[in-house]
Amino acid sequence: MSGQTVSFVMAGSGGAGVVTAGSLLLEAAARAGWYAYMTRSSGPQIRGGEAAVMIRLGTAPISSHDDCFHLLVAVDWQNVGRFAAEIPLDADSLIIGDPGEGEAPEVFVRSGAKVVDLPMKALAKGVPGGRPNMVAFGAIAAMIGLPEDIVIGVLQDSLKRKGAEAIAASIAAFRAGVEAAVEFPAVPRLPVGNSDTSERWSITGNEATGMGALRGGVRFVAAYPITPATEVLEWLAPALPKVGGVLVQAEDELASINQIIGGSYGGVPSLTATSGPGLALMTESLGLAVAAEVPIVVVDVMRVGPSTGIATKSEQSDLNIAVYGLHGDAPHLVLAPTSVADCLFTTQWAVHLAESLQTAAIVLTDQAMGQARAVIPRSAAIAFIGQREKPAALAEGAQYKRYANTASGVSPMAIPGMAGLTYTADGLEHNETGTPSSQASDHQAQLDKRLRKLTGYNYGDHWAEISGDEDADTAIVTWGSSAGPAREALERLRAAGQAVKLVAVRLISPVQPEKFERVMKGVRRALVVEQSHSGQFHRYLRAQYDLPREVHALHHPGPLAVRPGAIVDQILQWS
Amino acid sequence: MDACAKQREYSAKDYKSDVKPIWCPGCGDFSVLAAITRALASMQLAPENVAVVSGIGCSSRIPAYTSVYGFHGVHGRALPVATGLKIARPDLTVLVTGGDGDGFSIGGNHFLHACRRNVDLTYIVMDNQVYGMTKGQASPTTAPDWEGSKLTPDGAGINPFHPLVVALAAGANFIARCSSSDPNNVADIITQAIRHPGFSLVQVLSPCVTFRPEQQEWKHMVRTAVVDATDDAARAARRLMTDDGFNVGKVLYKGSRPAYQPEPKGGVAVAELEADFAL
Ligand SMILES: Cc1ncc(C[n+]2csc(CCOP(=O)(O)OP(=O)(O)O)c2C)c(N)n1
Ligand code: SF4
Repeated sequence: MSGQTVSFVMAGSGGAGVVTAGSLLLEAAARAGWYAYMTRSSGPQIRGGEAAVMIRLGTAPISSHDDCFHLLVAVDWQNVGRFAAEIPLDADSLIIGDPGEGEAPEVFVRSGAKVVDLPMKALAKGVPGGRPNMVAFGAIAAMIGLPEDIVIGVLQDSLKRKGAEAIAASIAAFRAGVEAAVEFPAVPRLPVGNSDTSERWSITGNEATGMGALRGGVRFVAAYPITPATEVLEWLAPALPKVGGVLVQAEDELASINQIIGGSYGGVPSLTATSGPGLALMTESLGLAVAAEVPIVVVDVMRVGPSTGIATKSEQSDLNIAVYGLHGDAPHLVLAPTSVADCLFTTQWAVHLAESLQTAAIVLTDQAMGQARAVIPRSAAIAFIGQREKPAALAEGAQYKRYANTASGVSPMAIPGMAGLTYTADGLEHNETGTPSSQASDHQAQLDKRLRKLTGYNYGDHWAEISGDEDADTAIVTWGSSAGPAREALERLRAAGQAVKLVAVRLISPVQPEKFERVMKGVRRALVVEQSHSGQFHRYLRAQYDLPREVHALHHPGPLAVRPGAIVDQILQWS
Repeated sequence: MDACAKQREYSAKDYKSDVKPIWCPGCGDFSVLAAITRALASMQLAPENVAVVSGIGCSSRIPAYTSVYGFHGVHGRALPVATGLKIARPDLTVLVTGGDGDGFSIGGNHFLHACRRNVDLTYIVMDNQVYGMTKGQASPTTAPDWEGSKLTPDGAGINPFHPLVVALAAGANFIARCSSSDPNNVADIITQAIRHPGFSLVQVLSPCVTFRPEQQEWKHMVRTAVVDATDDAARAARRLMTDDGFNVGKVLYKGSRPAYQPEPKGGVAVAELEADFAL
């Protein structure tokens, strides 16, 4: 992480308002000119239950949490211990608890962190209408150096609807927290008045995915709700009609994917979003899109699996099903964004590729990235928009070959309404005109063409995000949200004088062996980093690419995130 | 209409492709195919503005045999494909064709929700009370004591599904039954179904001569229903619950629920939505 950062957690039982306070803090930090990254953790309860917001602020864009948090503020301790593994602390950390709400749980105290008391409830009581979360907010803001006028501006704007009294109460409770924090041990403070005046956005990964879909030209969405993909849909539902599109809530995932196949067959770029269980249900129809050559995009916001797993927590374990889940030989696209900001780029690119290559594209994001809110540099406009090759009018008497065996493998696709070009799209094996065929030669020709159009396409430089030292002999190879901590590990290693390069693969399938070989030239050892129990990505790389002789794998299942320090340690210990 | 278009008259032949059906000689589906092309000709719909969508089964082969736009998907999912197509392209006339297995077993959930959603589709189910394509197993409409399947040698043992009653309860807007032995009547009913807004269900008794040869008797068993279409759901339910399944040739229920067709508003550039995120 270049620049300075500070990390803290606010935790408490549901209704204690930690998510609200966290969001206000993020907003204020953004206005102060900082960058931010906030993830949430919650239990399985529908409402209430325990919740924590984990926030890291810095003077430069952030794509990962730190190894440890500087500060843990618990409005109360109810069930917060359940998150202990997700909230690493050390002897330099500080725990702030309300003495009226009991002792800090042993799991936290064991870290050696200093514990200080802040009677949030009592201080809030001293303010008519005051709430403990606002007191906590004040203490944190004061400790990290957030200017009071900015916070007050945020409170005034965000509580406008609730009226002057609510604003006054929040400000007073906030000030009580500020005052109480004067005595507290120091945590890192960030400089105010960032000279970086470039345009910035506050956006979640799921929103960025939705935006990428629209920028790519998607105008029809059908989906069935599932955590943590639902926010992609909730963002799109009001946005799509504004730009001339439609969203339908389908009866299940089988309907969702088939509806978008129908929409896309009708000529409208179409997308659905789901999570692992939904993707599992969609696999038969993914094959249909591949065989019938109907472009579709399926976003899978991965959660902990298998089965219903842990709905609210993150993992990268749908790689296997995304790549290998389809029956038959069904070449398709699998892409994975490498950050919250990249959700936009990768989704837009996925729409462009699906449309250009007339096939199914799966975009693998995950809960951590999808539900993270980040302050990022404004996303630049990208030229990719859906491009589907249409046939020219036919000569009199000629028959339209929907599945013409072209050199590129892409066959111009007619859209209903085009006269003289009627055809039947078919999931059954077919000949060039689309007529069902059980002949070996037709099968071979169509298989070849469907593969050729993917392998022969020039994906440019977007297949991976590559950074670090060009002639390093050590590489970190990773994908998806694990790219965040890997990026930070790379910076730390380079700051410590180690030459390392980072390859975060964005185009998972089809594989890019030549490009990989080029980037890995001179690399003697590689560390493969991912968040899965069995090392799915590591095994995939082994099967598909030539790897250096020395390969180590750093992988563990969710919901624990990969930490930058763990990556740094692995490389440093590698003698 | 320009002069040229005025001259053009479509005949049933113009809607037929030259792909030769794989069906067994005598299969009821031949006359349903003929009825569909006749219905389209009677309406003079330009072939490029019509789409026929299906799932999997003998009856689901229909799209390949027509020369309109066709979509032959996977088993049980024809209705969602058609739903997406019609919502994305409301200008098209969308027909859905298939069998009782495809529609009421694997596709049962979609059937319920298609009735409920009431998108303007015409769903033509060729009901032969058997899975023809997989060589003769019990379907949801098979009688419980039919012992012709090796999978259920003692009979299916469960009550048949009553598609028309279910469709009515789920909210279908147009319900009719006809018999493949009278293709002109089938064509007429399909024409009415296409004209009627919302979700229309046309059940066609269409014998499977290979696995249910006894169904060849159906042509002698069917009788023209002595009712007119009602818009009273309770009355329709009573009729449907009490008839023996051989009253054909008529529209049995015709509702007036408006079709579901979300209207995109449009007019906003994608770039304008970015304002949501700007600090
Ligand atoms: C997912 C899936 N399961 C099973 C099948 C096998 N299958 C093909 S057609 C069919 C039944 C068709 O019966 P019906 O819809 O009544 O049509 P018919 O052939 O009688 O016209 C089945 C079970 C399949 N193709 N896909
Ligand atoms: S098996 Fe039955 S339904 Fe299938 S084509 Fe033959 S007669 Fe028709």
